[in-house]
Amino acid sequence: MSPHQVSPDQASPGQAGTGEASADQEDSAAPVTRQEAARPEAPARPEAAGQEAPPGADPPAIVTTGLTKRFRSGQLAVDGIDMLVPRGSVYGFLGPNGSGKTTTIRMLLGLVYPTQGSHALLGVPMPAGTVQVLPRVGSLVEGPAFYPQLSGWDNLARVDAADRTADPRTAKKRITTALDRVGLLAAKKKHYRAYSLGMKQRLAIAASLLQPRELIILDEPTNGLDPQGTREVRGLIREIATDGITVLVSSHLLAEVEQICTQVGVMRTGKLVFQGPLEELRARGAARIRVTTTEPSRAAEVLGKLGLADVSAGDGEATATLGDQAPEQITRELVYAGVPVAGLDTPRPSLEELFVGLTGEGFDVDG
Amino acid sequence: MSTAELSVPRGGAPAAAGGTSPPAHAQPRNGLRSWTRLLGSELRLMFRRWRNLALLGVLVVLPVVLGIGLRVSMPHGGGGGGGGPGASFFAQLAGNGVFLSFLALTILLTLVLPLVVAVVAGDSIAGEAGTGTLRYLLTVPAGRTRLLAVKYVAVVIFGLAACLVVSAVSLIMGAILFPIGPVTLLSGTTVSLADGLLRLLYVTLYVAAGMAALAAIGLAISTLTEHPIGAIAAILVLAVGSEVADNVAQFAVIHPYLPTHFWLSFDSLLRAPIDTGSLLHGLLSFAVYIVIFGSFAWARFTSADVTS
Repeated sequence: MSPHQVSPDQASPGQAGTGEASADQEDSAAPVTRQEAARPEAPARPEAAGQEAPPGADPPAIVTTGLTKRFRSGQLAVDGIDMLVPRGSVYGFLGPNGSGKTTTIRMLLGLVYPTQGSHALLGVPMPAGTVQVLPRVGSLVEGPAFYPQLSGWDNLARVDAADRTADPRTAKKRITTALDRVGLLAAKKKHYRAYSLGMKQRLAIAASLLQPRELIILDEPTNGLDPQGTREVRGLIREIATDGITVLVSSHLLAEVEQICTQVGVMRTGKLVFQGPLEELRARGAARIRVTTTEPSRAAEVLGKLGLADVSAGDGEATATLGDQAPEQITRELVYAGVPVAGLDTPRPSLEELFVGLTGEGFDVDG
Repeated sequence: MSTAELSVPRGGAPAAAGGTSPPAHAQPRNGLRSWTRLLGSELRLMFRRWRNLALLGVLVVLPVVLGIGLRVSMPHGGGGGGGGPGASFFAQLAGNGVFLSFLALTILLTLVLPLVVAVVAGDSIAGEAGTGTLRYLLTVPAGRTRLLAVKYVAVVIFGLAACLVVSAVSLIMGAILFPIGPVTLLSGTTVSLADGLLRLLYVTLYVAAGMAALAAIGLAISTLTEHPIGAIAAILVLAVGSEVADNVAQFAVIHPYLPTHFWLSFDSLLRAPIDTGSLLHGLLSFAVYIVIFGSFAWARFTSADVTS
């Protein structure tokens, strides 16, 4: 039940920094700088995904290579994305509406056939391996869809009947457990059409939990939910992840992903413009240095001498763009210069600012 | 990779079926059983839908109305004129209630039975696509070929049930309203009632075979759209159009190739000896339609993007 039970079998090289997630936010700038140095201008694409896994390790949960979908209308919905979802991670799949997330997910699950590129789920090439691998993959694609005239229970029984790997003898038990897990056991006899949107959403999640899974793909699981429902679903996702199951959750809401994800992939007009640990996305922002002091003008002078750009002195503090300078070096210089340093930190742009920077303002769907 | 698989550690997890390890549970279980389970689910869904039950209800009501109407008008009108099996059945009806079944099948075959089959066949794939349940079934994964086959079998069963309802209800009505006894066939020979009923069963099965051919066409059309109403309308237009063309003498060249051309050939079952030639011809035509449109449906359904 440990919250970070993530990784004995991590296949990803980029996973290393995940644990120290929120620690380096406020105090020392060192970890930040180290990450910056490690990936000066982090490429949006991971280098040739699958091959990096050490031999003998589990293959990554999802690998795509140049996955592309051009619809017959000529619309290029997904444009050569290389995705890598390490085992055990919670992968936030971000992007504005219409950026190609759902089409990508449909391709991952074999609903839509790619026009170019390839992908594998749990090491099994798709879509050839659909029947083989999908029983180990639970999914919710583009909102819940069930038979309105059937009860919640009957709907799950229907889904279970479609699964040729499901044992009919355990169906009752598995359906009960799944409904219980999402808190719908009391409403199991209610018709689906009488369900609230939140209940429908939860039923869809229950359907993805009918069998033991290794990977769960949730497309906009909190779409249309009230804050209460959103919280519940988020809690559920955390719980699933705690069981060691890899989760891919797509969303156009950054805040949602930020709270539960270890990895993020950001889509913009069909392209994957960023992929990596959440911390790496944070680290991408141009950090500033902020010196809290009783003598801001002298501090600013020192910062200027060190060659920092965009220096300004304000009320009780001096700031500048950090650039590639090490904060500890700057601290030393300040102290040498006799500036009374009361505090020093390296604030970064918020994730939201970074996200908007990656995906563009507003709803520009130019794909 | 089978050994190092991430197993689900907690019992509260998706209820591992008695400790099945992932690789084991990923293996399809008993093949036949998994098919019958999905078929059972499909049939339950089909026979529990109010719309479908209403359709069957219509097939109960119509023979009743037909029987009563004919009984009431019987003393005045003798044998109906004109040709065709309908007319001869009508002439026979006064003497034997069994013929109400043949008459009802003949009359309902022109529109109502095709309508019933069109509704369930058109709805089969397009309906699931329209409500979005198709993507859930396919990601389970139900398997595209397996789902299509089960859908087809279910529609055929529904068509058979529809034909059986018409036969049974009109047989009962015929027995109530008209004399019942040894059956005088269209060829003039008289056979025992048991033999007559057996022939009625064959006729019903033959009609159901014709409906199975229509169901294959309907299934193919249903894979083309996510709007069930559109599919249903298209199937009906095709069936009725074919019947109309079959009645235009100038189109005689294409008559044998029309899907509806052999639907009424069952009257040869009511002659002695039975004209097996035209029956087999009809069954062959149905089989060809099933193969062609079944293949088309399969090719389309297994290659199409599911974007609904």
